[in-house]
Amino acid sequence: MSYSNNKNSKQPSQNNQQSQNKKANIKMALSMAAGALLGTSAMVNDAKAEVLKDWQFDSAFLFYSEDQRVTAAEVIVSGNKTFANDEILNLKLTIDSLTGASANGAVVQAQAQTFTRPSGEGQYVTPAGETPLDDTFKDTRVQLNAQWTQPLAENYTGSIGGHFSKEFDYLSLGGNGNLAVDFYKKNSTISLGLSHFQDTFTPMGGIPKPYASMPIGDSSSASWDEDFAKTRIGSSEKKVTSDVLLGFTQVINRRMITQFNYSYSMVRGYLTDPFKIVSVLDQQGTAQDYIYEQRPDERNKQSTFAQAKYHFDQNLLNSVLDISYRYMWDDWQIKSHTLDSTLYMPLSSRFGKQSYLRPHIRYYQQSAAEFYRPYTFAEQENKTTPDENYISADYRIGEMTAITLGVKYGFSLNNGNDFSVRLEYYRQMPSNAGFDEPSELSSLTVYPVVQAVIFQLSYSFL
Amino acid sequence: MKANQSTITKSPQLYQSKAMSIAVSKAKLILLAAVLVNLSACSGLGVEPWERDLLATKAMALTSSPVDAALDDHIYFSKEASSGGKSFGGGGCGCN
Repeated sequence: MSYSNNKNSKQPSQNNQQSQNKKANIKMALSMAAGALLGTSAMVNDAKAEVLKDWQFDSAFLFYSEDQRVTAAEVIVSGNKTFANDEILNLKLTIDSLTGASANGAVVQAQAQTFTRPSGEGQYVTPAGETPLDDTFKDTRVQLNAQWTQPLAENYTGSIGGHFSKEFDYLSLGGNGNLAVDFYKKNSTISLGLSHFQDTFTPMGGIPKPYASMPIGDSSSASWDEDFAKTRIGSSEKKVTSDVLLGFTQVINRRMITQFNYSYSMVRGYLTDPFKIVSVLDQQGTAQDYIYEQRPDERNKQSTFAQAKYHFDQNLLNSVLDISYRYMWDDWQIKSHTLDSTLYMPLSSRFGKQSYLRPHIRYYQQSAAEFYRPYTFAEQENKTTPDENYISADYRIGEMTAITLGVKYGFSLNNGNDFSVRLEYYRQMPSNAGFDEPSELSSLTVYPVVQAVIFQLSYSFL
Repeated sequence: MKANQSTITKSPQLYQSKAMSIAVSKAKLILLAAVLVNLSACSGLGVEPWERDLLATKAMALTSSPVDAALDDHIYFSKEASSGGKSFGGGGCGCN
């Protein structure tokens, strides 16, 4: 926090003073820009600029677009301020907006299908041979995070954080605490983290009754509201998530560092997706009915994670290889493997500017939840007992393989700020986890591929 | 291990073998703990403070871009059945 650069700086050399003034002006201008980004008015006064001048900001704009489905835009502004005793305050604002269509869970048919919107207001028709998508998805989310990290004693670092996220139909409040202990000249670190989230979901149209048939008919008729209300059991539901994260970090040598984590996550409450349905088919595969899905009201997830980073020497352009693997398993019988790798390649600096290229590859594979069904059959539906009546046709908890390929290019600007652009391709390939396919579905695409493009611009500034 | 336990009957010898297998697994645990502790202290792993030039670079940070990580976590949390592992997997949005 030094004020001397601005005025009354008694440097012996005039040149020095000029350059310092110039630096201060740039800093002031950037602080004003930061203020503008943070939503304050363009006329940021000196006092505000002074407050912001010791901050370091990371900002990013992300555009995510699925082929014929969801499109999302997301903006993040994250600020870090380091205080005199190495305390670090991080404040992060995230705003995202989502529009487009999302799979409603029903299976493709050889004829057109009509569905009722989740709100109960109106219907939509899916053409023959196409995956049923609900195109009413539209949401804007604002998220605020604050994290305070500080040394507690020699080799002990503590951190606490808060989380607030609000959507039109969703509220999430959370907190976390972490303790890290360094030993052996800070070459090894053990950490313990706890986090807790409390979410409230108030979906448009209310909470559907599991296994109730989706009402389909004339939504302008006099009895419609009453018919629709019969399929509802409430207006809002809650979900609580508690996580424990144990970590171990080890420096191997001057060029290599590794990390190993174990995490346990308990989720309790409403885990069903109120917008998802399941097709009820006859023996030939023709839809007779659509029922609302139901998932268990608890889920216990565990995961192990290992990461290694290696800094190559000049022969390999001083590049940095980052490779990680995660194995996750839960009591829904979902198991997943995630392999993620990036290679940071510094490019020869031109005109004093540092630049880099960072290719990225990610492979993901998951097995299906034990209650996942791509569809159910009329006779099976009647046989289910209350204990085994969980059902979901949400492909996101079905068997799936996904791959991400991407590249990031970044460079430093003359003023020391960093700019980068990232382009990625994401492909999800759901597959049949051994379910019988009735004859009518054999010529149709029951497990459609989902493709998305991810485009991101990032700017880091002081 | 499972196969071993399921074949155990009430013969004293097999009780002994069960006790042995418990002892072996305990020994394995102790060995693992010892390995973990020794990994850092005795085996030459790690660096001196003045050898941290490369480790201190941004590219070598375990999460070199927290913003990218946050955006990716949000995408995959809402499109796949897994989350977390590297950091908390928690809730936070109605996207899943």
